[in-house]
Amino acid sequence: MDTKKMINYGLWMLLLPVFMSSCEQKDTKKVIEGNAAQQVYVEPGEYDEFYAFMSGGFSGQITAYGLPSGRLLREIPVFSQYPENGYGYSEETKPMFNTSYGFVPWDDSHHIELSQTKGEFDGRWLFVNGNNTPRIARIDLTTFETVEILEIPDVAGLHCAPFITENSEYLVSGTRFSVPIPQKDVPIETYKENFKGLINYVSVDPEHGHMELAFQIEMPGFNYDLARNGKAVSHGWSFLTTYNSEQAHSLLEVNASQKDKDLMAIINWKKAEQYMEEGRFTERQTSYFHNLMDESSGIVESEEKTLTKILNPKDCPDMVYFIPVPKSPHGCDVDPSGEYIVGNGKLSADMSVYSFSKIQKAIEEENFDGEIDGIPIINYEAGLHGILKKPGLGPLHTEFDDKGNAYTTFFISSEVVKWDVETKEILDRHATYYSPGHLVIPGGETRKPDGKYLVAMNKITKDRYLPTGPELAHSAQLFDISGDKMKLILDFPTKGEPHYAQAIKADKIMPNSKKFYNIEDNTHPHATLGEGKTRVERDGNDVHVYMTAMRSHLAPDNIEGFKVGDKVYFHLTNLEQDWDVPHGFAMQGATNAELLVMPGQTKTLLWEPKKVGVFAFYCTDFCSALHQEMSGYARVSPKGSDVKLKWGLNEELRSGQQAANEFYDQARANANATASNN
Amino acid sequence: MKNLKLSVFLIATIALCSCGSEGESERKTAKDFQREVEKKEVPESIKEGKGIGEIKQVELTDELDEAMIKVGKSIYDMKCASCHKLTDQRVVGPGFQGITNRRKPEWIMNMITNVDVMLEKDPTAQALLEECLTRMPNQNVSVGDARQILEFFRKNDLEMAGEKDKAI
Ligand SMILES: [Cu+2]
Repeated sequence: MDTKKMINYGLWMLLLPVFMSSCEQKDTKKVIEGNAAQQVYVEPGEYDEFYAFMSGGFSGQITAYGLPSGRLLREIPVFSQYPENGYGYSEETKPMFNTSYGFVPWDDSHHIELSQTKGEFDGRWLFVNGNNTPRIARIDLTTFETVEILEIPDVAGLHCAPFITENSEYLVSGTRFSVPIPQKDVPIETYKENFKGLINYVSVDPEHGHMELAFQIEMPGFNYDLARNGKAVSHGWSFLTTYNSEQAHSLLEVNASQKDKDLMAIINWKKAEQYMEEGRFTERQTSYFHNLMDESSGIVESEEKTLTKILNPKDCPDMVYFIPVPKSPHGCDVDPSGEYIVGNGKLSADMSVYSFSKIQKAIEEENFDGEIDGIPIINYEAGLHGILKKPGLGPLHTEFDDKGNAYTTFFISSEVVKWDVETKEILDRHATYYSPGHLVIPGGETRKPDGKYLVAMNKITKDRYLPTGPELAHSAQLFDISGDKMKLILDFPTKGEPHYAQAIKADKIMPNSKKFYNIEDNTHPHATLGEGKTRVERDGNDVHVYMTAMRSHLAPDNIEGFKVGDKVYFHLTNLEQDWDVPHGFAMQGATNAELLVMPGQTKTLLWEPKKVGVFAFYCTDFCSALHQEMSGYARVSPKGSDVKLKWGLNEELRSGQQAANEFYDQARANANATASNN
Repeated sequence: MKNLKLSVFLIATIALCSCGSEGESERKTAKDFQREVEKKEVPESIKEGKGIGEIKQVELTDELDEAMIKVGKSIYDMKCASCHKLTDQRVVGPGFQGITNRRKPEWIMNMITNVDVMLEKDPTAQALLEECLTRMPNQNVSVGDARQILEFFRKNDLEMAGEKDKAI
């Protein structure tokens, strides 16, 4: 042993106890083997192969990352106001936050679902749920903008959402918390008699993506947690895990874990459709909001809806079944063939894998073990494909590759385990750092997964990155799964609590990506389609400024005649027709945010001047060499004064104009000299 | 140290190999776009003062087309007027008065429809950029619309400068 080796050895011996005590189960640094760095390196000027869309959890948003590089491409505001571009602050987008509870500018976004055609991602839309104030949002993937939000009535904690069917017929959701329906003032201890759970079917218009609450199914008061819809052979069916079949309402961590098994709900939605057509539903008065953006004007219209249609399993035979599932299940995942459904019991050492054909057979033969509220309980063994014995601790979620393998995250033992769906044989396991929740394989939820990469989304980040105080960005970890063994190749930080992600080949989105809005198609009622049309109009205390932006000036740039107490609406139209040239608009003392207006768009900022004086406004997006000059003044006079409205752009020569002219004359002379030399 | 050298060598070899196998993906990358721009050679048309772009030859009739002028003006109002006046006053860009007397119709239409390449290749366009110091934006005007704008310019020159088409 030479000296160097001895020093190394000594160091290791010293470090060993530290490792062992700080983290029992594994080494904090997994030494990367082989060409990992090269695998994730995307050369400058080259593009990533996949888009990965991650929900932002408590940030309320979605982030788009490139894979394999882990580069953050974009944050898409959905359920939270976003000062970066004025989403939720501009007059056009404020109505997106209307709900039956009023204006709710935040939510907890959870599950990302890409639209599908024939069981494959089609790259058209992205859906995500708001958990806290139950709602579902649609993002248009040509613009990466939230264009629609639909509230789901009479549910609480819409965690189990918005799972999509294989032709985007429906987005399926279930209430995480059962509540009194309709809401009423009752003692919480009357849970068992008064609380109900709803499973909701939202239809998606195949042409425009518009969402509509088609029907709700009234279920026993359990907690509905996660869902997947059948595909291929099981198309037309939904599977939802439930917990708290004990119907406890306090200290759930103990009281809702009493039974050895909970239940999975199995729904024949084709049958439900048939009952809807036959009119076997009841109507109930309620309140929920539907907020939809008009594509040409960018204005969100908000509409309150007051009627919902309910199907009751008691009146609708053969529509809903239960099957036992191991204790406190979380994940519920259907394999690409549609035949196998994985139900993960968080508190069970084993995982149950169900067979769709066996479930069908059991239903045919009425192999039931009793019923709950008229819903038959299928015999557990009869529906079982088999049990995965002791794969790890705390199984949460499963995704699939294109070779018949499943990958399950284990929250407690911090690992991903690869297993064969058919034989239920464990093939490989790899540590994650630490406590993974969901995982994603591009297309892993569809009929055609791409078995190249897997991303594990971890809940605990300690020691992965430079410390940033007590709070750390959650860590995502990228694995190469193309070979027999999983290979960890990258760590990257994420925003909020990325709860779930979906990843899609870039080719399915890139060609349709919009670069600017055609100004000819701008139907905003306050659009200013040309600088010659800029003007200021007063209507009582409301003042409308019709303003345009073009590199490098705003028109008008000087406005007088505002008064304290006015409501000033700046309607800014960006006249540019070029990719990546937004203009911003920020008004000194405005109490909301700025605007960021895309080429060809119109957006409106409300400003309520409270002080007398002259205040500056300017463009916030560095747009040209003369960006700093893209500014102007607003003069505010006292309430009741008779200062007339006046606006303009360079109406008369100012003292600075002489100097500007000389500067340009000099520049012109220089340019001519250069041209004649060539 | 030996190991380090070996791995550097390995990476270099792999990098070379992967460089050679182009066309694995059909997606156009940013580099491809750059290469396309670079590939273009300076054509004769620039030397003829016609600029560079889709427009090679424009036939003009002496009689002005009133219908085209009307459409041309509305496009000018919406997409051009914030930077260009109809007089000879320069604002962000040059004033339009007399433009058909200074530039060939092909140059004018190429500048409108192919501005990024014009600013890259055409010396006259480059001189204007040095003068104005703001890149003319690509306003996504179609060739058909550019033709109508040209007709509007001819009419404007007749009114403001007393003559048109002197650059042909
Ligand atoms: Cu600007």
